[in-house]
Order: sequence, then C-alpha cells, then structure tokens
Amino acid sequence: MAKRIESLKILENKHLNNEYFTLELSGNDTIPEMKPGQFAQVKVEGSPETFLRRPISIHDLNREKNSLKLLIQVAGKGTETLSRLKAGEYLNIIYPLGNSFSLPQKGQKPLLAGGGCGIAPLLFMARYLNDHGLKPDILLGFRNMDRIIEYEEYNELGEVFLATEDGSMGEKGLLTDHPVLKSVHYDMVYCCGPDPMMKAVASYCIERQITCEVSLENLMGCGIGACLCCVVDTVRGNLCTCTDGPVFNIKELKW
Amino acid sequence: MVKLGFSIGDLQFKNPVLTASGTFGYGSEYDDFMEVSRLGGIIVKGTTLEPREGNSYPRMAETPSGMLNAVGLQNKGIDYFEKQIYPRISTYNTNVIVNINGSYIDDYVALAEKINELEKIPAIELNISCPNVRMGGMAFGTNLNSAREVTKAVRNVYSKKLIVKLSPNVTNIVEFALAVEEEGADSISLINTLLGMSVDIRKMKPALSTITGGLSGPAIKPVAVRMVWQVAKAVKIPVIGIGGIMNTEDALEFLLAGASAIQVGTASFIDPQASLKILEGIEKFLIVRGFSDIKEIVGHINK
Repeated sequence: MAKRIESLKILENKHLNNEYFTLELSGNDTIPEMKPGQFAQVKVEGSPETFLRRPISIHDLNREKNSLKLLIQVAGKGTETLSRLKAGEYLNIIYPLGNSFSLPQKGQKPLLAGGGCGIAPLLFMARYLNDHGLKPDILLGFRNMDRIIEYEEYNELGEVFLATEDGSMGEKGLLTDHPVLKSVHYDMVYCCGPDPMMKAVASYCIERQITCEVSLENLMGCGIGACLCCVVDTVRGNLCTCTDGPVFNIKELKW
Repeated sequence: MVKLGFSIGDLQFKNPVLTASGTFGYGSEYDDFMEVSRLGGIIVKGTTLEPREGNSYPRMAETPSGMLNAVGLQNKGIDYFEKQIYPRISTYNTNVIVNINGSYIDDYVALAEKINELEKIPAIELNISCPNVRMGGMAFGTNLNSAREVTKAVRNVYSKKLIVKLSPNVTNIVEFALAVEEEGADSISLINTLLGMSVDIRKMKPALSTITGGLSGPAIKPVAVRMVWQVAKAVKIPVIGIGGIMNTEDALEFLLAGASAIQVGTASFIDPQASLKILEGIEKFLIVRGFSDIKEIVGHINK
C-alpha cells in the first residue's frame, strides 16, 4: 500500500460532545485501500506551537461516499485547532500509515475493547469484521454517560457492553471489571485506549491465554519510520510504533 | 538552464539540496513521496560499529517551532548496514553519504575503514556532535583537542571525502571549523541540534527520558545561519548549512550567508516532499533573479 500525502476536503466536522469530534474527509481521487488499525498523520496549520503532525487513527471508511472519518479528542492546542475546522475546508494528511489488526480465524469469537479516544480504530475494525461475516462483541469504557460517544454506530456492528466509572450508564467500574469478561469466552481481543486500560486488558488475556492485539498511541515525529522517536520496547528490541505498529500482539511487548 | 551543482574537491553533487542524517532514514522511507535520486545527496541515519537500541521512550517532545529528540543513535550497526542496506541504497542515482558515530576514536576509525571499502559511498559525515549519547558524540565536538584528534585519526584511514558535522554547543564555532579543516576535513556541515530541555508540567517530569535532548526545527535557524556565516568566512572548504530549513526562503538564507549546499532535516517529518520543493524553489529563484549558476549567490551577503 503506497503512502500518500494529500489535502482532503472536509465534508463534515461533527462535534459529539465538548471533548470529541469526527472529521469526515473526501478527495478527488479514490481513497486508497486501508485496513483497521492504520492511521493518518494530520497537519495542523497556523501555529508554530503545533509544529508536528498529529497521528490519528482511521475511524471509519465509506466506499460509496469515497470518504474516511477521523475521531479526535481535544487534548491540546493541535487538536483544539483541528476541532474548529469547517466543512469545505481542507485537511492535509499522510496516509494510510502503519500496520493493522489481524483477522480472527473462522469460528473465533472476537471482542473489541476500547476506552475513551481508544475506541477510534475499533469502529472501522467492527465494520471490517462484519464484512468478513463476524459479529464482534464490543466493550466500551467511559468516565460517565455524558462522555459516551457513537453508541448507535457500534451497536449496529456488534453487541455493545458499556462500563462507566460512575455507573451512570452500563456497568459501574472500569472496563476490565465488566461481567461479560467473566461470562463469555473470547478467542481474540482487540484493544485500544489509555495505557493502564490496555495493560489491564493484556493481563486478563495473558491469564486466559487469549490472543490480544493492542493499538499503541505513542508520540510520533514523522509517522513513516524515519525519525525513530515513537519506539516501544519489545522482545525484538526497540520498534517503531509508526511502521512496526501501531498494532502489536501483547506477546511482543515488554509490559 | 541554471547550474545548480556544487562539489567537494572532485566529488560532484548535481544540486545543493541534501537530507540531514536521522531525518531521512535510509531514503526508502520516502520513496512513496518523491524520487529520492533527484536530490543532491542523502546522508543516511547515524551509524555505529555495534548495533544500538538508543534511549528509552519518550525520546521526542514538540516545542514551539521545533522539536527535541533524544533518539540516541538507534541503528543496527555497520555490518547490518553493509549487508542489508548498502545493496539497496547504492542503486540511488545520487550521492549516498554515511553519518558515522562512536564512543571512542577507535570506533570512528574502524567505521571509516569499513566504509572506505564501500564503492558507492563517496563520503562520510563525521558526527562529533550528537548530544544524545552518554559517551562520545558531542563530547568530541565540544572539545577542541578531541575534535582535532578524531578528525586526524579518521583522515588517516579514509581516502574519500570527509565531511565533519559540528556541534553548535560551543562558545566559538570558528575555532572548531578551523581545527577540523587543518586536520584534513574536505567539508564542514553545521549545525547539529542545540542542547535543550522541556518539562511536562502535567506529569511534573522532564518531557524526555534523558532529561536533555537536541533541539531542531525553525527555532534554531537564526543560530544556524549565524554560525554558517561565521564559519564560511573563516574556512576555505565548502560549508553545508543545516538547521531549521523548512522552505526555499530558509535555504536561500543559508546559501546567501555562505553555505555551498544545505541539508533539509526536521522539515521532512512534516512534509516528506520538503527537500524536493526546496530544490525546485531554489532553481526558480535563480531564474527569476537572473542568475545562471548557484555559485553566484553563495556568500552573496559578503560581497
């Protein structure tokens, strides 16, 4: 898959709440082949303080509309600037970057587990699994019900289980406390979210000998394997999150 | 047709735009975005005698108009380079130059001896200015005697073109330039990163695992232009300007201040096509301003 640098037109900037928004992008050329887990390096225009690109997961893909979506959390000046972009404006991105989640084998029961902005690559993954005849369970964790985003979108693609830290919706507690993890046997877990959450999911999977892939969100310089800034410590030494990842089997990581 | 070429002794470069070590991988990382062979040259990732894992994450912090890095020369060592990378990159139709690093003078010498045997590598860039390694690196480039000794030792064993990359973390850059010129350097490239630091106030910890790191990007450009100007006036060998070059205008500043060529570094992270755009921009500038040879503008501000 050749990487591209391209200015795509913003079809919609949809604010999901005061923290999250999605940008739907389209171009004149056909959006290239992409797989769930891959990401784009997004240029933030207009400020010397937001000098580098921001790595953002591909959130969804719509072939009929020739569009892709990015789900972005306002976390600093760069993402704040991106949140103010309007439909009709352009966004310069380098994509598709990185590796992707692997497919489960026939008959295997997959679980997608995501917390906060970590749910971003999982919608695309859920759709991809659906396209391959698999209905995943989807376990999503949020701080409280006001933070819950895109519940309906996920619900169309699999059975959704919710955990909120304050119990305002779904089960009370962390995602890893959810009873579904005790009652259902999964063969394959795909996970993305804050580090403590991914580590907790990883230890759950290790205990039960479940294959688990996590998508890491390390700070990046280039996104194309040139600067070696985004490394993660693995059994094969320091590997680039941008080119060897962002998806890693937990067996590879020295967590 | 505008003449864009420059030379280091009898080594010809088809144009003055090179890419800086550590920002351009081994070239192939950029193949999807541009024809790498159109560049005047590429300086590949800093190479050491033995494989190195580099420093722990986090190794990078964004700063206003720039970034700090503390990669620490992660690379797979010269033998891996020779076997796995050299056959691939020697097919580029441009000058492929290896940036070499060591903890001891003997490391540099052993590396230079090995690279001397690689037919398609016409030059090395002697890195005595990496701020992110515990031993060697910048220690050679910030002590006048060490800078002399390492240059002299490598010159003794290396018969092709020797470029010495200077550290800006010194009081008098001209002293260092004159010293390495006297010891046989064929060219000087400058500047490497400036030693810097950033604190993550949310975590209340240093932003980098190594605490300090190397600052690059437009934030350092005026310092780099000043040092290039000082050095270019003082030495007879060609000077290659580096430091925060993001676009054509930045590159022209360096050329006008006395650099015979430039290296594009951090800019390639933000725009992987930056180096080619700069090359096209320089050519256009020369045409528009009625120059027929890039040499006419090198050091123009001193004329």
